[in-house]
Amino acid sequence: MRSPLETTIAFHLGPVPISTTVAVTWGIMALLVGLSVLLTRRPALVPGRPQTVVEMIVETLDTQIGDTMKLDPAPYRAFIGTLFVFIFVANWSSLVPGIDPPTAHLETDAGLALLVFVAVIWFSVRAGGVSGYLKTFASPMPAMIPLNFVESLTRTFSLLVRLFGNVMSGVFVIGIILSLAGLLVPIPFMALDLLTGAIQAYIFSVLAMVFIAGAVSEAREHPQKKDKRTDQ
Amino acid sequence: MNWLALVSILSAAFAVSFGALGPALAEGRAVAAAMEAIARQPEAANSISRTLFVGLAMIETTAIYCLVVALLLLFANPLL
Repeated sequence: MRSPLETTIAFHLGPVPISTTVAVTWGIMALLVGLSVLLTRRPALVPGRPQTVVEMIVETLDTQIGDTMKLDPAPYRAFIGTLFVFIFVANWSSLVPGIDPPTAHLETDAGLALLVFVAVIWFSVRAGGVSGYLKTFASPMPAMIPLNFVESLTRTFSLLVRLFGNVMSGVFVIGIILSLAGLLVPIPFMALDLLTGAIQAYIFSVLAMVFIAGAVSEAREHPQKKDKRTDQ
Repeated sequence: MNWLALVSILSAAFAVSFGALGPALAEGRAVAAAMEAIARQPEAANSISRTLFVGLAMIETTAIYCLVVALLLLFANPLL
């Protein structure tokens, strides 16, 4: 049985080997960007059916972001929405025969978790300046600085491992069942896998929201005196 | 098969089985508490279930860690 930790090389782009994971990720990216461009090219005041669907998705995202973060969703819509939609489509890409979901490999999940790590810093620096961000480590009291520092690293790692473990174990279990039993037996497991994929996409984006909202609200409590920027 | 491989396989199985025990009990308690809360206060169901999902994800991480350790033992064992 193939190890879930190794990657296969799909093709070489000059001297650079491109793994199948990266190729599938590029495919999903192209699909999402193409669909977004196509659907938002000519927005009408009275929307047609595709535009209604897109508006519904964006509205649901907005209410979820607003409910979870208790902040204006506008600055976070793009990041959180892209995270959710990408992970969702990536998890469900196992429906296409012959395609491994890219989130079932460590590299993709590491990239996504790193994005959340950077986004927490970015949004809290935007909310409270660099000193505001640094002061979030000293809250609620300076004795917590080492703990808060370690927490910011471990929660990134746990985001990575959670997504990887869930998606990879689904793929793995289906592989095992398929090698044991015949044609139609894996279908209920695949249905369960789809449910897990959707929930994991939701959880990943909710956790990203929680982390960002926590850092932003803590950075706001220590506003810089010189910096007059009051976005949102 | 040498004894190192044998021990690795055994400990991978133990890691997953015992690592699943704690989170399973914990998730059961969390879901039971959330169900009770929703039954008492159905209008708060949205925020309760969102918090429940986040909490379940946190609890589940421990089981996932055990799974990753087991996979490391089986597929990327540095000693074998």
